[in-house]
Amino acid sequence: MGDVILKITGVNKRFGGLQALSDVGIEIERGQIYGLIGPNGAGKTTFFNVITGLYTPDSGTFELDGKSYAPTDVHKVAEAGIARTFQNIRLFPDMTALENVMVGRHVRTKATALGAVLRTRATREEEAGIRKRALELLDYVGITRYANFQARTLAYGDQRRLEIARALATDPKVLALDEPAAGMNATEKVALRELLSNISKDGITILLIEHDVKLVLGLCDRVTVLDYGKMIAQGEPGDVQRSPAVIEAYLGGAHKNVATKEHA
Amino acid sequence: MSAFFPQLRNNKKAAWLATFAVAAVLVALPFVVGLTGNAGVRALAFAALYVMLALGLNIVVGFAGLLDLGYVAFYAVGAYMYALLASPHLASNFPIIAQTFPNGLHASVWLVVPLGATLAAFFGVILGAPVLKLRGDYLAIVTLGFGEIIRIFINNLNAPINFTNGPQGITLIDPVKIAGIDFGRPQHFFGLPVPSVYMYYFLFVLLAVIAIVVCLRLQDSRLGRAWMAIREDDIAAKAMGINIRNVKLLAFSLGATFGGVSGAMFAAFQGFVSPESFSLVESIIILAMVVLGGIGHIPGVVLGAVLLSLFPEILRHTVVPVQNQLFGHVIVDAEVLRMLLYGLAMVVIMLYRPKGLWPAPEHGIAPHSDGKADVVKPQVA
Repeated sequence: MGDVILKITGVNKRFGGLQALSDVGIEIERGQIYGLIGPNGAGKTTFFNVITGLYTPDSGTFELDGKSYAPTDVHKVAEAGIARTFQNIRLFPDMTALENVMVGRHVRTKATALGAVLRTRATREEEAGIRKRALELLDYVGITRYANFQARTLAYGDQRRLEIARALATDPKVLALDEPAAGMNATEKVALRELLSNISKDGITILLIEHDVKLVLGLCDRVTVLDYGKMIAQGEPGDVQRSPAVIEAYLGGAHKNVATKEHA
Repeated sequence: MSAFFPQLRNNKKAAWLATFAVAAVLVALPFVVGLTGNAGVRALAFAALYVMLALGLNIVVGFAGLLDLGYVAFYAVGAYMYALLASPHLASNFPIIAQTFPNGLHASVWLVVPLGATLAAFFGVILGAPVLKLRGDYLAIVTLGFGEIIRIFINNLNAPINFTNGPQGITLIDPVKIAGIDFGRPQHFFGLPVPSVYMYYFLFVLLAVIAIVVCLRLQDSRLGRAWMAIREDDIAAKAMGINIRNVKLLAFSLGATFGGVSGAMFAAFQGFVSPESFSLVESIIILAMVVLGGIGHIPGVVLGAVLLSLFPEILRHTVVPVQNQLFGHVIVDAEVLRMLLYGLAMVVIMLYRPKGLWPAPEHGIAPHSDGKADVVKPQVA
């Protein structure tokens, strides 16, 4: 057993009359790729938004790398070491790809307004460091040649990559990806899968929400399945795949017998 | 200079040459314009002052994307700060002050300007704090209200205790004195007589140049990127660990600082301030400079400020003579025509150049400079 990097327990979240999440919890070990799957409206993104501070949970405990954190401010969560991407890409469209990634370095740098105006040595060195790191990351995700292009002019798959590079720029302990493969074609998915396993190999833990079950099952070390805000299965991808509750959630109760027969 | 003309970026020599040329023109300008009288130089001095104001507002509106319709409030704060600390007003109204300063209150520029800047920055935070969550139209309305509140306060703060002398304004404000040089009197340099207005012109141009450098450096820094990021997508900016509250407040207070310094300079230049100078129209004109010039683009903002501040002066000196020539009498007053043309210019520019007269160059569409961009360009056979 490796050490636990992200431990979340007992998360509840209610929107008016809808219990969006009830007693959801996950435990991710360092270096793992952890999948979070479930049918539409299962509460995956809600859970994601709770973890990253976008929504305030009604209850729950949060622990990152042995230290508890309160997901009350989005920027504090990023500072603590969870970087995220968005289901519907949220880049800074009129900034260049390079600038987008440079913004990601914000939280790990500290130049002040005064330093910027006086252009002190420390500021200049830091700025050069930011640029260098940003270029490295663009190279890492393979879009260096678009460095000086506005983010909105990039192709869809490249925008996804850019968003990942920007998230990596914050030096995260956990990289949280909200449906990174959404809208990608088969070739782009293969490339994405390669990128994710590279990131994982470089020691960054990944939490992945995904609709594409094949991608999740092939890539993830552990999986949690949500349905109607409840955890219905948790474990190795292979085991989860065979869980009757999961099959029911995805295919519906009426098909239960058929489905189990197929797997028997 | 290369910040204004990207073409010069790869040519150091040309960039220096251009800088010298512009500097020479700026120095020579008052002596040329001054041949027709001091009014022209005065207009140029005001243009430089407006450059500073527009650049300050550009930090808030252009960089951080926060629509501020009450910017003139900071201008007023700076102006009144200078007026109160460098005029007989307080001494003649408060015996305590008259006793402490028997020669009257004549605070040094080196004290008043930083104080005015700090106070304006403080007001920037006061305005910024409650409106952090507001965006777009709502923000505009609240800032507009703020601007009016400050003006109305100043207008009415003459009773029961007379702080601001109300609508009558404050007179007899000291001119700027730097290193023993009194800007209020004509001076002689190298045997050349330099009238007071020229001195102020040079001072304001210097300040405007400093403002331009400060803005350029801010824009091209960690903070400038953070402002751009919250302007483009604040949720994504938050997710990147940017503390939106602090960054927005910083934008408000830095922008306000520019306003405060300009205000202090305005008070010293005019020797007189009254609430009338700080009306909503003034806020709108400064905003128009930013928007017409090219929102968020420093060279554009400078151009907008210079054009819009000189325009009424030019109009004032042409409309009446031209009409007299053509019709023998004046049909349309210059003031009326000014607003008419302002409106027309707005409409035309928004129709044909929605990003302003001199917008930021579109990067990315045409790959430039570093040769790294190798995206397929249409091949010409």
